[in-house]
Amino acid sequence: MSEIPGDLKFLKSHEWARVEGDGKVTIGISDHAQGLLGDLVYVELPAVGDTVEAGNACAVVESVKAASDVYAPVSGTVTAVNAALADKPETINEDAYGEGWLFVVEASEPDQMNELLAPDDYAELLEDDDH
Amino acid sequence: MTRKTILNDTHRALGAKMVDFGGWDMPIHYGSQIEEHHQVRRDAGMFDVSHMTVVDLRGAGVRPFLRQLLANSVEKLHKPGKALYTCMLDAQGGVIDDLIVYYQSEAWFRLVVNAATRDKDLAWITAQAAPFGVEVVERPELSMIAVQGPTARERVIGLLAADDAARVGKLGKFSAAGLAGTRFGDLFVARTGYTGEDGYEIVVPEAHAVSLWNALLEAGVKPAGLGARDTLRLEAGMNLYGQDMDETVTPYEAALGWTVALDEGRAFNGREVLERQQRDGVPRQMIGLVMDEKGVLRHGQKVLTAHGEGEILSGTFSPTLGKAIAFARVPAGDLAGGVRVDIRGREVPVRVVKFPFVRDGVAL
Repeated sequence: MSEIPGDLKFLKSHEWARVEGDGKVTIGISDHAQGLLGDLVYVELPAVGDTVEAGNACAVVESVKAASDVYAPVSGTVTAVNAALADKPETINEDAYGEGWLFVVEASEPDQMNELLAPDDYAELLEDDDH
Repeated sequence: MTRKTILNDTHRALGAKMVDFGGWDMPIHYGSQIEEHHQVRRDAGMFDVSHMTVVDLRGAGVRPFLRQLLANSVEKLHKPGKALYTCMLDAQGGVIDDLIVYYQSEAWFRLVVNAATRDKDLAWITAQAAPFGVEVVERPELSMIAVQGPTARERVIGLLAADDAARVGKLGKFSAAGLAGTRFGDLFVARTGYTGEDGYEIVVPEAHAVSLWNALLEAGVKPAGLGARDTLRLEAGMNLYGQDMDETVTPYEAALGWTVALDEGRAFNGREVLERQQRDGVPRQMIGLVMDEKGVLRHGQKVLTAHGEGEILSGTFSPTLGKAIAFARVPAGDLAGGVRVDIRGREVPVRVVKFPFVRDGVAL
């Protein structure tokens, strides 16, 4: 299990969100999630300009084993997507918290970040799942 | 209670992710399922298949018994070590299991059957064997390691003494040899597999399984999990029991007609139903599919044809082709009008293709 970066916040459903310097929010799936899914083979991302709503499915990550919806941790407008994943979805397996990011939103309700799990709470949740 | 093979600790030490498979705690992968898949296609990989059930049948009546038990004909087996792939049917022609039968002598045949079907297989075989006076002996003390890939044979041969190496090197496809007193005990080495690559399946006494595994590892054979085994066998066009066929279908509805021998004068279980289907046609057919669009075909997805709906049986992402492949069962009839698959509400066109999808490492 790799170290969870301290500047991330999490959903119970294993998405992470990070507030960048410009106030935008980068979103991805956790290292634990990629481990559960195994080798990723396809990623379906929203389009730039789409609006996403916190708690709603807005992307799909698909591994050899299973297809899994990705839920938006916060509401907002998509300003960037990680197009490199179309050719190299395995980047998520290799670097879930870095190069394997999925998309960026301009948050419409930045306070929603406060409702997400802190890294320690997420780590605890994973530990409980293991038992 | 989950069962473990003797290699369980070895898998864990190699970093395997373990899953429950038919009541057994087995490695699904050791890091990357796709890398393990390519390793087998390009070089050599090994699988712990000790969960599979080895059953020895002994007695003077074993050949007549197998003539009745199996849909393929053991009359094709007369050379010691020769193997045959076959279905075991019930009276309705439904598939109880698929298996490999090895001829050893007129008083000894060996079966290797699936792990998930062990209990019902043994019950069925034992009941059917009684009138023939055949002794049914399960061999749980035997482990099994499949070594597969273009360099698999040379790597196995390199571990054997000269005379054994010569015998194993000369084995034809679908043949086996018993080797007595090797450094890994008494071995039964069969040139068979479930990947579409050349290689061996090695039956080894449990007490020697770990040392054989480690010797293979040192010889450059990499461990591969059940995940890669599944993508390899589907690319190779091989059925998986429980997913592609079961008691509700006959071999003709599971693209296994080639394993049925309607040889004269042999009254085997299910024969009447198969002959009727042969005469009147079967209501359903099993087909191979390739999807050129993005996404993965998966078990249970709805398949739409001009003659009605069917469903995906085995479906996966093919690492060799870089796209999704599947088996599907659909109503009988010509499919020139096109086939679509419902993927989460979207109807995606797919191509109907002959299988295997891949043979000896090459996309077909």
